[in-house]
Amino acid sequence: MNEKKIIELKNVAKSYDGEIILDHINLDVHEKEFMTLLGPSGCGKTTTLRIIAGFVTPDTGDVVFDGVRINDIPAYKRHVNTVFQKYALFPHLNVYENIAFALRLNKVSEEEIFERVTEMLAMVNLRGFEKRDVNLLSGGQQQRVAIARALINKPKVLLLDEPLGALDLKLRKDMQNELKNIQRKTGITFIYVTHDQEEALSMSDTVVVMADGKIQQIGTPTDIYNEPENAFVADFIGESNIIDGIMLDDYKAKFSGHEFVCLDKGFEKNERVDVVVRPEDVDVVPPEKGMLTGVVTSVTFKGVHYEIIVNINNFKWMIQSTDYVEPNQKIGIYIEPDAIHIMKRSEYSGQFGDYSSFSDELDKLSDVTEEEE
Amino acid sequence: MTKKSFMQKAAAAPHVVWAVLFIIAPLIFVVYYAFTDKDGAFTFSNITELMQASYLEIFLRSLCFAFLATVICLIIAYPIAYFMAKAKPKTQKILIMLVMLPQWLNFLIRTYSWMALLEDTGIINSILGVFGIDPIHMINTSGAVILGMVYNYLPYMIIPLHSVISKIDPKLLEAAADLGCSPLKVITKVVLPLSVSGIISGVTMVFVPSISTFYISQKLGGGNFDLIGDTIERQFQTAYNYNLGAAMSFVLMLIIIVSMAIMNRYSGEDDGGVIV
Repeated sequence: MNEKKIIELKNVAKSYDGEIILDHINLDVHEKEFMTLLGPSGCGKTTTLRIIAGFVTPDTGDVVFDGVRINDIPAYKRHVNTVFQKYALFPHLNVYENIAFALRLNKVSEEEIFERVTEMLAMVNLRGFEKRDVNLLSGGQQQRVAIARALINKPKVLLLDEPLGALDLKLRKDMQNELKNIQRKTGITFIYVTHDQEEALSMSDTVVVMADGKIQQIGTPTDIYNEPENAFVADFIGESNIIDGIMLDDYKAKFSGHEFVCLDKGFEKNERVDVVVRPEDVDVVPPEKGMLTGVVTSVTFKGVHYEIIVNINNFKWMIQSTDYVEPNQKIGIYIEPDAIHIMKRSEYSGQFGDYSSFSDELDKLSDVTEEEE
Repeated sequence: MTKKSFMQKAAAAPHVVWAVLFIIAPLIFVVYYAFTDKDGAFTFSNITELMQASYLEIFLRSLCFAFLATVICLIIAYPIAYFMAKAKPKTQKILIMLVMLPQWLNFLIRTYSWMALLEDTGIINSILGVFGIDPIHMINTSGAVILGMVYNYLPYMIIPLHSVISKIDPKLLEAAADLGCSPLKVITKVVLPLSVSGIISGVTMVFVPSISTFYISQKLGGGNFDLIGDTIERQFQTAYNYNLGAAMSFVLMLIIIVSMAIMNRYSGEDDGGVIV
């Protein structure tokens, strides 16, 4: 990755009516980076994006663009462009004029406008749509026009505010690939806001997990998934069993009444910690061979695997296994040392990672409300 | 077309009766009187009589005053409507009420109030006198008449403009700024084109009553500026020449229809606009 910083947020804070939206965040965005701001609704990710775009002025802190402080530079003078959540295409202009909008403001010659709009339309696969009325396009087509319109001025940074939120699943997957390709081809820095963790993991160079106006973790998708910093990150990205544990010594953790060998070190002796075990890393074995034993409470077929909920010492674990087990069956589980990840305790300890109240339906309901942001 | 049930017809009946009694029938009377003489015989003489220079001057003046009043209303109303639309929803309600407030007073009283304000020894000149400024002659000028029109019809320009501007998605304004529009350009490139339907409604609602207005000119123009409305009134109230009055009304209607047609043409295929 390019090491040159294009955007720096330094100690940026924002609150509305006494409610803290952003709590002194620091963030560096590098050139050519695909960065995703990921978090639930109300975590401050959209506000962060709007501060960079210039639509929101931070209460304190500096916004630095290419080495220059831009707090006081209005949105229209900034070298960033935005793809808005619901596209915000100009209804009085056709596809061609929407894309040409920024060029016309700069008094670019008619031939050059034609050349560049045509090039943009080709990039977003909308050749032949020049004269179409934007109000009659499908969601996916409107999305492409919005991307072309934002990219035509060759901004140094493109901001994308949940751009795929309104599209159906299949189209969303296609657009994810296309966006990633466009980003590679143009070399423009993308800052992408989403609440969809899968989208974040599959597209980004860097993921910034946010919650409660704070940055919880910054890292590559694999770092975020494999080495979550706290219970919030572990729970928000993928599925996690998060258990209270004690770090007996380096490489030695105790939880659920059993001592485990792990790969983590550097904690105090007998420090209380949060232990993360991903459901796919747990092996189901006969009870007599298990490190821990428990009773299966439910089994759900998910296609690739079964999702098994097991009650172990009154903590409900989720296990993903390709082998079927019966409900009410007693099973043992086996965990490899590298499947155990130890985290320092945080304000989120104990809030997440128990599957006793787990339900798919609830998960989906909360997804819908998140899109309202 | 499917056959309407008896109930549907019955429900429409009051409206049909109303339209026939109060819209169609009066129109037929106007046309009838316009093309007949005192004995009821068909004639074009009422229309040809209007071709005299004195009447043409009145028509031209009415057109001119109404046009000026409409343009001034638009220029004043647009910024007001824009800032109203940007205010908080609660403030907007209060502002709309304030705009409509003068309409709660009788039209005659409002016009008399302007006389009191504008007279040579009126309120404005008295206040100017306090500061040692010589009185300005305002009453009985064409400016006073146009002022009267602007004052009376301004709310009908503000309300449709406000209603259209307040419905423009604020994200579009952000998108325009994002693409490099200065605050002024945001208005000319996005807000104005998206409020064309409101402009058409407002212009219609000001122009039509302005061109047919009466009384304002008599009171604020001192009888120096005869307008069509006043002339028509005189034909019915003092000259008792119903035929000539009807002919004037007929021609006025034609002028309004043509004006509206021209304007709707310039607005393109836009959905808005009041059909006259």
